[in-house]
Amino acid sequence: MSDATLAIEPSGPKPKPIFSRRNIIVYGSLIVICLYYLVPLYVMVVTSLKGMPEIRLGNIFSPPLEITFQPWVKAWAEACTGLNCDGLSRGFWNSVRILIPSVIVSIIIASVNGYALANWRFKGANIFFTILIFGSFIPYQVMLYPIVIILREIGLYGSLTGLVIVHTIFGMPILTLLFRNYFTSVPEELFKAARIDGAGFWGIYFRIMLPMSLPIFVVAMILQVTGIWNDFLFGVVYTKPDTYPMTVQLNNIVNSVQGVKEYNVNMAATIITGLVPLTVYFISGKLFVRGIAAGAVKG
Amino acid sequence: MQHSVSIKDLTLSFGNLTVLDSLNLDVSQGEFIVLLGPSGCGKSTLLNCIAGLLDVTGGQIFISGKNVTWTEPKDRGIGMVFQSYALYPQMTVERNLSFGLRVAGLPKAEIEQRVKRASEVLQIEPLLNRKPAALSGGQRQRVAIGRALVRDVDVFLFDEPLSNLDAKLRSELRVEIKRLHQRLKNTMIYVTHDQIEALTLADRVAIMKGGIIQQLDAPHTIYHKPVNLFVAGFMGSPSMNFISGKLARTDGGRFTADGVDWGLKGYEFGTTSGGEQGAVLGIRPEHFGVNGASESMPIQFEGEIEVVEPMGSDTVGWTSVGGSQIKFRVDSETALHVGDRVKLGFDPQRASVFDEQSGDRL
Repeated sequence: MSDATLAIEPSGPKPKPIFSRRNIIVYGSLIVICLYYLVPLYVMVVTSLKGMPEIRLGNIFSPPLEITFQPWVKAWAEACTGLNCDGLSRGFWNSVRILIPSVIVSIIIASVNGYALANWRFKGANIFFTILIFGSFIPYQVMLYPIVIILREIGLYGSLTGLVIVHTIFGMPILTLLFRNYFTSVPEELFKAARIDGAGFWGIYFRIMLPMSLPIFVVAMILQVTGIWNDFLFGVVYTKPDTYPMTVQLNNIVNSVQGVKEYNVNMAATIITGLVPLTVYFISGKLFVRGIAAGAVKG
Repeated sequence: MQHSVSIKDLTLSFGNLTVLDSLNLDVSQGEFIVLLGPSGCGKSTLLNCIAGLLDVTGGQIFISGKNVTWTEPKDRGIGMVFQSYALYPQMTVERNLSFGLRVAGLPKAEIEQRVKRASEVLQIEPLLNRKPAALSGGQRQRVAIGRALVRDVDVFLFDEPLSNLDAKLRSELRVEIKRLHQRLKNTMIYVTHDQIEALTLADRVAIMKGGIIQQLDAPHTIYHKPVNLFVAGFMGSPSMNFISGKLARTDGGRFTADGVDWGLKGYEFGTTSGGEQGAVLGIRPEHFGVNGASESMPIQFEGEIEVVEPMGSDTVGWTSVGGSQIKFRVDSETALHVGDRVKLGFDPQRASVFDEQSGDRL
């Protein structure tokens, strides 16, 4: 009997050593990766809470000896970019005014697009879909200048409305794809049942599809909020200093060549700018995962 | 007499692929028709055409005497039950049942009364406030039937409604659907690939293959007098035995195959063509008389048992005759042993003979 050599008779769950090679590798890499992402954030937070004299000491990892919120106040309300000296607050509100209409409009249009493509196989649907997919592969740079001309011609160049339109258009391919794939995963019979019950295009969309698609709407919202908030290229091309979004303004604050480099203000400004996407993630993280893992819609 | 559903020369093709080809079908008022066939035979497609969920390529569909070929599904006077139940997941049972009525803008009192009636018929009153996720499969299918019921329609369409249920529930709900039909007396068209469902439920069964109705008849006729080899082989489990050989039309027919020479006296030929021709003889496993019972049969032979399959209620034995392997069914109390000799007999009256080339019944 080969089992005779064992000290104990195997029974129940197999004992698992905590410090097995597998555990060390898995947890070891996870810890390293966590540090890789968290250390810079730590440095930023710590630096933003120090005064300039303390920063000049050069101990970037040491916690602040004397906590000051002055850099944050300055970044938000006093830092100068060009002629304006009202800090990031101007850019923040610009970004908000760009973000809200862009996100709402693009999601509304894209969800209806995706729904029509997935459930109402209209004539030319495949060609339309191919063009849309193709659209998501065209590099933005190619379209920058033509759009400048178009916006100028319709008199929207430099305005927030113009930028909202640009964001809505560029969000369309990926969002439509997202919604189309989600609605395709909804059982076709559900759609057929609704048709027999007499619901039309909008009836099915609002009463059947919308209520069961919250997760994918959250995914779309997160994608759009982070994408639009973090956008720099469109912001710098299609707006004027008065209407710069926050990211462009942040760049102008951090990269200003005159005067002393105020690292603490720069760090504070950067963190403030990043707070919006971060908050969105924290609030809707769970729904995001559910939406990404969608396709498991069972009646 | 006016037909409840009438389909005239219905053709449906997707590009080059023709799914239904000039199909004709008349369903009488209150009849229970089952469309039966292997997957991909076009039976669900036909049902979707009747429901108006697919646009037809050619032909016409009449429901209750009205030409509904171009009519929207909701105006056709049909209710449909799907295999996956297709209940709206975010609505309660009550809202599910009333959805169609609310879309149609019926008065509240009327909706309430219809939902009440349907839930009484199907005994789902205690479930009205639950969501579909909190229901079992059988309950969900009942709600799905209820959704068709509240619409107060002339024709019910069922698209494999029991296929997602386990065997026990399936047989329970099968009986319930039959009761429902006896009570409501609506026309019902029922698609399934389960032959037991077809045989038990139908007034007439339509066996489909390749978009064509092969045979449309009462279940008994379909089972005992299949019109061709496909229907014969498709119906019945274990399936019909086929022996290939030659047929001569002398003294009521003579069938010869490898080592067999049987007179088919008593078999009613449907065709009259003479001469010798290639033929396939079909005998159902349960139509064999075994050992003692074989002695009263007009045709008798002997074989060696090769395989024994106990099925619980009965036992299936395998042997060879005429160059083909055949199976025969006996009561499970009869002991069969591999290697034993077995005496078999059958009555040509209950057999089927098919043309070898065309596969049609002779």
